[in-house]
Amino acid sequence: MSITEESTLRVLLYEGTGSTELESEDRFNTMSRLLESGYTVTRATGNGKVASHDRGSMLVLGQFADGQPPADQVEQPEASVRFQDISELDQDAIIETVEKTRDETGAAEHGAWKPWFPVIDYDRCTNCMQCLSFCLFNVYGVDDDNQIQAQHHDNCKTNCPACSRVCPEAAIMFPKYKTGPINGDKVTAEDMSGEKMKVDISALLGGDVYSALRNRSVQAQERFSKERDEKKALNERQKCMKKLAESATDIPKEVLMSLPSPDEIAKKADEAKARAEAALARQRELEG
Amino acid sequence: MPRILYCHCAYAQVVPPDTKEEVLRQLCDSGVAFDAVADLCEMAARKDPALKRYAEGDVKIAACYPRAVKWIFGGVGCKLNNETTEVLNMRTEQAEYIMDTLLTDDISPNLPDDNDARKPTEEELPTAN
Repeated sequence: MSITEESTLRVLLYEGTGSTELESEDRFNTMSRLLESGYTVTRATGNGKVASHDRGSMLVLGQFADGQPPADQVEQPEASVRFQDISELDQDAIIETVEKTRDETGAAEHGAWKPWFPVIDYDRCTNCMQCLSFCLFNVYGVDDDNQIQAQHHDNCKTNCPACSRVCPEAAIMFPKYKTGPINGDKVTAEDMSGEKMKVDISALLGGDVYSALRNRSVQAQERFSKERDEKKALNERQKCMKKLAESATDIPKEVLMSLPSPDEIAKKADEAKARAEAALARQRELEG
Repeated sequence: MPRILYCHCAYAQVVPPDTKEEVLRQLCDSGVAFDAVADLCEMAARKDPALKRYAEGDVKIAACYPRAVKWIFGGVGCKLNNETTEVLNMRTEQAEYIMDTLLTDDISPNLPDDNDARKPTEEELPTAN
């Protein structure tokens, strides 16, 4: 099942009317452990507003006077709501209860995948499709209005910011990246004029990474057709990958090593380029 | 008072742990109701419909860079309101400043708007000699 089809469990820590407040340390530890486990947690008190809940499962935890909070205190339109009195439960038992509820409601298990994917700044994006053309892993696509978007988030290679470096407008962010502007920090004139954003990729193998890889592929084919030596083919690929790694220091080695063979790269690059060109052609049609 | 949304950025080490722990601890001790999410990025990747509800109305968000937060929401069709949203950046601000700002009734909207996208900053503007 795709991650976009999974439902999630919302935990509500109820400390309003009809309940006893948790001790400060217990409250912090409960919140902290649930968040570390990937849950969304709402603390409800008599003071302040929280987001409404309209569907999906919700587990309400609290030290309730009557086993559950007064009926008028918890909004539950179409939601499946369960209550759990935690007066007698220690931290481990609370977490266990939440995990059990998650399991029973079929809600998503968190933490299996580090959420690393491109976030597009549409204030900057010009819909040029360079990212779509560049990405070998089909992360990008276009919507019904032919607008570029990140569509297959979990295809993205963890910790790899390569596509953000080919964007001519510095419009691609990875919020968990270490430095700006890729992390979402402001884009400065220096970022744009100095080509800092693109330097790593443009330096890769002396220019257009794909043509360089294609050239290498042709050379390799000629050589390998003579030698028929698989070990040498592997060495060649590793040499190529090593050069990539040296030029783009922040592209993880695992990503470089997981790249397809030069032939496959050439094929995927052609496919991506064709998708981008088709999208651009549709865009021109729409613009009349 | 605006709603408060706290992002724990659980799947990366980019927010200083001391800052997010202190913000969460003080929120828990404040007596104020709030929403906390493990990771806004993960919710966006899931296209979690809850993001739409978090984006509604007056809201202060303790997370990371405003530009990133704007498009984490916006990228999945849950547009934050430029006039009623304030983002506090736990990557760069101290916990004390974040808490002082979160717990006031006033809201200082700070999402970048599209007019800011290519506008040079004060430092970038040429100076007259």
